[in-house]
Amino acid sequence: MSLATFRGGVHPYDGKELTKDKAITRLMPKGELVFPVSQHIGAPATPVVKKGDAVLMGQIIAEAGGFVSSNIISSVSGTVKAVEPRLTPSGAKVNSIIIENDGQYTPVEGLGTKRDYKNMTKEEIIDAVKAAGIVGLGGAGFPTHVKLMPKDPSKIDYIIVNGAECEPYLTSDYRVMMETPERLVEGLKIMLSLFDNAKGVIAIENNKPEAIEKLTELVKDEEKIEVCPLKTKYPQGGERNMVYAVTGRRLNSRLLPADLGCIVDNVDTVVAIQMAVSETTPLMRRIVTVTGSAVNEPSNFEVKIGSSFAEVIEAAGGLKEGTKKVIAGGPMMGMALSSVDVPMVKTSSAVTAFLVDDVEVCKESPCIRCGRCVDACPSHLMPLMLMDAAEACDDEKFVALNGMECYECGSCAFVCPAHRPLTQGFKQMRQLVAAKRRKK
Amino acid sequence: MDVLSIILTVAVVGAVGLIIGLLLVIAGEKFKVEVDEKEIAVRAELPGNNCGGCGYPGCDGLAAAIAKGEAPVNQCPVGGAPVAEKIAAIMGVEAEAGVKKVAFVHCSGTCEAAKDKGTYFGIQDCRSAAAIPGGGSKSCSYGCKGLGSCVKVCEFDAIHVVDGVAVVDRSKCVACGKCVAVCPNHLIEIIPDTAKYMVACSSQDKGKDVKNACSVGCIGCSLCTRECEYDAIHMNGNVSVIDAEKCVGCGKCAAKCPVKIIKAR
Repeated sequence: MSLATFRGGVHPYDGKELTKDKAITRLMPKGELVFPVSQHIGAPATPVVKKGDAVLMGQIIAEAGGFVSSNIISSVSGTVKAVEPRLTPSGAKVNSIIIENDGQYTPVEGLGTKRDYKNMTKEEIIDAVKAAGIVGLGGAGFPTHVKLMPKDPSKIDYIIVNGAECEPYLTSDYRVMMETPERLVEGLKIMLSLFDNAKGVIAIENNKPEAIEKLTELVKDEEKIEVCPLKTKYPQGGERNMVYAVTGRRLNSRLLPADLGCIVDNVDTVVAIQMAVSETTPLMRRIVTVTGSAVNEPSNFEVKIGSSFAEVIEAAGGLKEGTKKVIAGGPMMGMALSSVDVPMVKTSSAVTAFLVDDVEVCKESPCIRCGRCVDACPSHLMPLMLMDAAEACDDEKFVALNGMECYECGSCAFVCPAHRPLTQGFKQMRQLVAAKRRKK
Repeated sequence: MDVLSIILTVAVVGAVGLIIGLLLVIAGEKFKVEVDEKEIAVRAELPGNNCGGCGYPGCDGLAAAIAKGEAPVNQCPVGGAPVAEKIAAIMGVEAEAGVKKVAFVHCSGTCEAAKDKGTYFGIQDCRSAAAIPGGGSKSCSYGCKGLGSCVKVCEFDAIHVVDGVAVVDRSKCVACGKCVAVCPNHLIEIIPDTAKYMVACSSQDKGKDVKNACSVGCIGCSLCTRECEYDAIHMNGNVSVIDAEKCVGCGKCAAKCPVKIIKAR
């Protein structure tokens, strides 16, 4: 049988050998930490601390501002220095809570208490996830407790752990699977305990044979859990492609995975669930890969959320002379940074830095209608026609051509022989359309 | 081929043509739409740009409105006073002396004055660039992006991007308002051409951030509002705005402005 996969996609150089074998090291921040109140999809959180307040490690400093929202938790102990707009990795200024780290890491009461999920009710488990401020750590930042509360829990028949890590250069999920597979499996078991009819699938691209082997070994006695190797192809880890590869069900922008009986969570998110439920430890850290041709010592770090990019880059030996580009995230879907004085947020999966700016060296030329972008698009769109709409800022035409089904994977721009800024144009159009819809 | 079939063909086609022609004449008489002669005359005087600057759907729309008396005779911003006079003659009224209006860009952050925080690659259109969180490559997210969306929509060659910022050619601008509608940062305003002083900045940032981003930004100190004796300057958030209707052009605000961004036009 051929390996599970999807139609379309590309095969970029994956660069994973730089950090694949680098064990995760814990990084302790110095100075001030910045916690933007919007690190997730949905309503911004509401700050519950003010300037001058003393906070403890693990304390909630901003409460969810709605159902689809998430708590923000202080990852250090110290004092609140200010609550003011600060630059975030996305480039926008977002209201943020700034905490001066006292270096003591005094925990809030009850932090780290061991619990057994088998003795907890479903509501208690979901409340624990909600209180812990867990969001999808794969990059989108969808609040996890919302995923765990579908309209009809009995209809959920698949819980997919997304270990594809198709984004080039990133190895954070791989290291999590190699170093803490027990946590991952326990986290999945906790999720399975919420859904009686579900089975767990750990989906991993087959360029990570060691991880597949390790997890297969670990779940061989688990009835409801299996490991599903996937074909190595970008963007295999995209939620829609993942669901299609594992179950054959087709998602679109109007459907959530739960509508098709699936719950998809990233590897690191499942570990965060395990820590929140079994160890009463909220989301205060995440695994970050710092890599690329311009990084002196590419590494994998466990970073306290709120630490600055500059500090994390420094810990990886700093940047080489002549660095052209620093990206928050991977080279395909990441966002170029104008400044490294931005905080690590819940969705900051990586820092990649390069000596050559691939965008700068590409000289754009007119579309030759070769159709490669159409072949590559995993959402079955026609990027060349969408680009006409984007260039004219014609949002009606863009929507009519199903432009909102694009999830900005970058495959079209990657294959375009004319080097047209396709994905970027769509990203901007999608923002425009979304802003227009919000106004209505 | 015999001659008869040729004659027959000509006769049939000719007859069909005659019948259709006759029907058309009857239909034309029966379903005639009464058009005001004034409307046709007014339409003939209008410039025919169909720019929409008057607020009506094209010149036909305005002509109909003027003929019905719903719109003033000087409604066309493109034609200005000469056209208004001619239309007034048709309509048999006096043309009011209209004030010439022009577009004004509330930003003066040239490449040199406003610092760049990065290099922008991508679609060369302000609307598109404005969708990026933080708003494009300029440090100031409120200012002119200089990608020329306004230049593209201007049918009168009256606005150009000069040194990274849009500049209006007052002699050519007819105040049709297309650039006003297209600018994603809402920097362009239609003002009377006689306005003497204007604030060429729209930054809502705080003073320190403005200073860091641009050397010609309004720091929102509000000194000018206190200096003005005619109640013509008000603060809109962190930027001062001059009300051209009230401004008498005394220049006291410009003299007082600590960052010298209130300039005589």
